[in-house]
Amino acid sequence: MQITDLVIIGAGPAGMAAAATAANVGLHVILLDEQPRPGGQIYRDVDRVAPVRGEMLGKDYTDGLSLTAGLDHGNITHISGAVVWAIEEGIRVLYTADGRGGAIEAKRILIATGALERPMPLPGWTLPGVMTAGAAQILLKQSGVLSKNAVLVGSGPLLYLIASQMIRAGTSPLALVETQTQADLLRALPHLGGALRGWRYLLKGLTMLSEIRRAGVRRYTSATNILIEGETAAEDIRFTADGKTRHIPCDTVLLHHGVVPNTQAARSIDVAHHWDARQHCFVPNLDDWGGTNVETVHIAGDGAGIGGAKVAALAGRLAALKMAADLGAISTIERDDTAKPIRRSIAQELAVRPFLDKAFPPAIEATKPVDATIICRCEEITAGDIRRHAGIGCAGPNQAKAFSRAGMGPCQGRYCGLTVSNLLAEANSATMDETGYYRIRPPLKPVTLGELAEMGGSVNSATN
Amino acid sequence: MKTASSFLELEERRRLVPVWFEGGELQLPEGSNLAAAMLAAGVGTFRYTPVSGAPRAPFCMMGACFDCLVDVDGVTRQACMLEVTEGLRLSMPRKGRNVIDADN
Repeated sequence: MQITDLVIIGAGPAGMAAAATAANVGLHVILLDEQPRPGGQIYRDVDRVAPVRGEMLGKDYTDGLSLTAGLDHGNITHISGAVVWAIEEGIRVLYTADGRGGAIEAKRILIATGALERPMPLPGWTLPGVMTAGAAQILLKQSGVLSKNAVLVGSGPLLYLIASQMIRAGTSPLALVETQTQADLLRALPHLGGALRGWRYLLKGLTMLSEIRRAGVRRYTSATNILIEGETAAEDIRFTADGKTRHIPCDTVLLHHGVVPNTQAARSIDVAHHWDARQHCFVPNLDDWGGTNVETVHIAGDGAGIGGAKVAALAGRLAALKMAADLGAISTIERDDTAKPIRRSIAQELAVRPFLDKAFPPAIEATKPVDATIICRCEEITAGDIRRHAGIGCAGPNQAKAFSRAGMGPCQGRYCGLTVSNLLAEANSATMDETGYYRIRPPLKPVTLGELAEMGGSVNSATN
Repeated sequence: MKTASSFLELEERRRLVPVWFEGGELQLPEGSNLAAAMLAAGVGTFRYTPVSGAPRAPFCMMGACFDCLVDVDGVTRQACMLEVTEGLRLSMPRKGRNVIDADN
């Protein structure tokens, strides 16, 4: 058993910023991350990749270099390739790395596990060749791998970012099939005034859109009846736009209609969550510092609610200040003084969000899919299965899980949880808070008996 | 084993090393992400599902979806969470294939 002041789960912007802030005021930090190198998904592999593809990926990516540089501190131990599978009593973190189990006991824990793509169950979304837009980003960033014949489907600025990066790399997407409507834009307009405080984001969006236009990439909006077809892999996509049925042959379909907090770790220790109607997702109940109902546990970054990479890093610093003050490393006066400008920056960075949330809502046909659509990829359960279980009295997702097996596969509900809750809420005419979410239990990720056996050895040798 | 890939690999100077998948040899860039390298090398199907035998390939590339599962030395693992090392022997997870065999 290793002992430290603070263990941070996740080396993305929130985790890295928190680690540096905590280490600078004297706390000993262990940073656990699943990837071989720090960065999280947004700055995936940035130290290695920035010199090679930094220009194509843009400043928003290479900005991550300042965060990875902050990890070079004597108080920070970064354990890479570490998969956390349990948190116990709010102070112990169990993980595996390199085929061995490990355990850390800490005075404080920061969960900085970021976001997942919002599940987008459309007919055909399980076919090889269909991926999340985030997956395409990761392929491009980390590996320099791009799809040659891709159609981007859904809504949100990430689609424009990927399209513009693909254009710069010389492999323009075939088309953008967007689900947001003119009515969504009208609903967003009242928030434009507030969004202008975050004008840099708006300008960036407009620049990307003009890049896409100049490259001659066709954009369809208000797309409905989206269907991905293929025998053993995606071969084409069909949809309705401008009153016509369209058909585009392609090899790759990239799905995106927003990202949602990855709540698995927090839920596994009974951190309370509530439904955020503006972001259409469950978020943890947090105080101003990212503190949860579990006294020793804080949450920062997109896992606390979607704010993007800049907000994540700022929130990581806030949480670190709070925990440092709790542990007596800094005074509460120092904590509050340092926090003030950070809070102002967060408000500025979040100004554009209400506009974006209204302009690019989730695609309704993917949040409430037709009966035949598979919604649980692991167990291959359809939307119709869930509706049938609602019909025989399933009020919540845990009952539906027991009845249908949805959420019981290896992904443990990460890509069906929100859909199941949505379907049940609709069928039962209940709110999302009344309907709730899967109960998450350890192991958070599969762990082998061999890894557990190795852990037993290390615990004994540490105590002997 | 060389198939046409629907993915383009931007040039990077890395040593190619042999990796076996389902008995066929792939030449993959050493140290690169295994799932990405397999996609770029033209591997279309990584596994078949244990439920219906449907083909699957990487979906999230971040260790969350478990669609890119492959067997490495008898242990089922996520290809997107591994790096290419020389001589890796990979196969499709057995469980899926047994179900398919039983169905046929």
